[in-house]
Amino acid sequence: MSVRHAMLALLSEGPKYGLRLREEFEAQTGEIWPLNVGQVYTTLQRLERDGLVESDGDSDSDGPQKAYRITEAGAKELDTWLRTPPDLSAPPRDELVMKVLVALKVPGADVAEIIQAHRRYLVELMQQWTHIKEDGDPADLNSGLAIDAELFRLDSVVRWLDAADARIRRAKADAESPFANRATPAGDSPNDERPVPNGPWPLPRLRGNSRQEVRTTQR
Amino acid sequence: MTNMIELRQVSKSYGQGDAEVHALHKASLAAIEGEMVAVMGPSGSGKSTLLTIAGTLEEPTTGEVLIAGQSVKDMSKAKKAQLRRRTIGYVFQDFNLLPGLTAAENVSLPLELDGTSARRARVVALKALDGLGLGNRAGHYPDQLSGGERQRVAIARAMVGERKIVLADEPSGALDSANSEAIMRLLHSACKDTGMTTMVVTHDAQLASWADRVIFIRDGRITDQTTPLAGPESLLVKAASTNPELDR
Repeated sequence: MSVRHAMLALLSEGPKYGLRLREEFEAQTGEIWPLNVGQVYTTLQRLERDGLVESDGDSDSDGPQKAYRITEAGAKELDTWLRTPPDLSAPPRDELVMKVLVALKVPGADVAEIIQAHRRYLVELMQQWTHIKEDGDPADLNSGLAIDAELFRLDSVVRWLDAADARIRRAKADAESPFANRATPAGDSPNDERPVPNGPWPLPRLRGNSRQEVRTTQR
Repeated sequence: MTNMIELRQVSKSYGQGDAEVHALHKASLAAIEGEMVAVMGPSGSGKSTLLTIAGTLEEPTTGEVLIAGQSVKDMSKAKKAQLRRRTIGYVFQDFNLLPGLTAAENVSLPLELDGTSARRARVVALKALDGLGLGNRAGHYPDQLSGGERQRVAIARAMVGERKIVLADEPSGALDSANSEAIMRLLHSACKDTGMTTMVVTHDAQLASWADRVIFIRDGRITDQTTPLAGPESLLVKAASTNPELDR
């Protein structure tokens, strides 16, 4: 979440005081990303330092009496940011994916049960968001959009778990089939029947990308 | 609170010998008055079988089904049919509306089959359609309605006559996300407002998340269920403690 660009977007409507910016930011994001006053002023100071906003009033003060307005450079920066897709090219380090992959290697681990524990937790989170949406004001567009985004994100993780569950079952069934072309002798642990490739998934390498870290089990 | 739907150790098998398939294995669950329960599982997990057995459309191989506290095990066919007409409504993914009847006629049909006069049934049907925002669509045939409208007609048909239970099989499977949400919002508010009990079976987590409780089914066995976390507002509190990243 870029507070910096959200501030520029709010200032693109016209000059505003810091406190009002904070209130409007929270309203725009459906109060899902609250800000403290310190964050607002730190961001504004940096924007001013970079020539993206200008301020009126006492230059030594960051108090509520100080109004900010966007500069031409700030408007250009905002436009560029809005049109630039976030970098989604590299798979994120996903803790949940790691857990499932690691579970496949642990002798005796019930992977289906582990998957179900995560599925249940995710669905419980989705129930909470859905209830917030249901109780909310249907006319509150920002809130609805932000909650939908969270629901779709969680849903995609549940879908991955479902697909993983099915894929693991299929692999296990194939390995146990009398028609399977077994490379390993019978009697091995079922968890060893399908070795995990060197990488977590069949991509060249999992690249670290701290900016994109996706937390699936904890916010 | 009364258990409106209760399954006790219900098993269902099809075929015999080597060809025997166990669709359900000792499934037990209960849904109380006013509750919306979702049964979630992949294709072939037995969730639709569970729904048809809960709706008395099929009999279990072993185990017992109770509707509003009453066992259906020894009920006569006629009594079961009456129970289905008066107490249980069904909603299906593909709507199952009769194409030769208007929306109002589709909704009034179950009432008329139960002995209500045509005139009275029409009044009730129109009221039900109106309540779901379809007052101006009463005279339309199913092929003149959008998918979302057809499903709302199907819900009106399921709920009409103040039925206490609605059973829905992937009720928004054929709809886009906005219409899905409208359908689930409608069903959930009916549970809260009228005390109706709804059981929805689905593979879709977004749809299931509308339920008060989600029961998970796998290979014909009920494996797990959600437990309510701290109040929904806890997510907002959590979000408040997760400060947005400050750009430098």
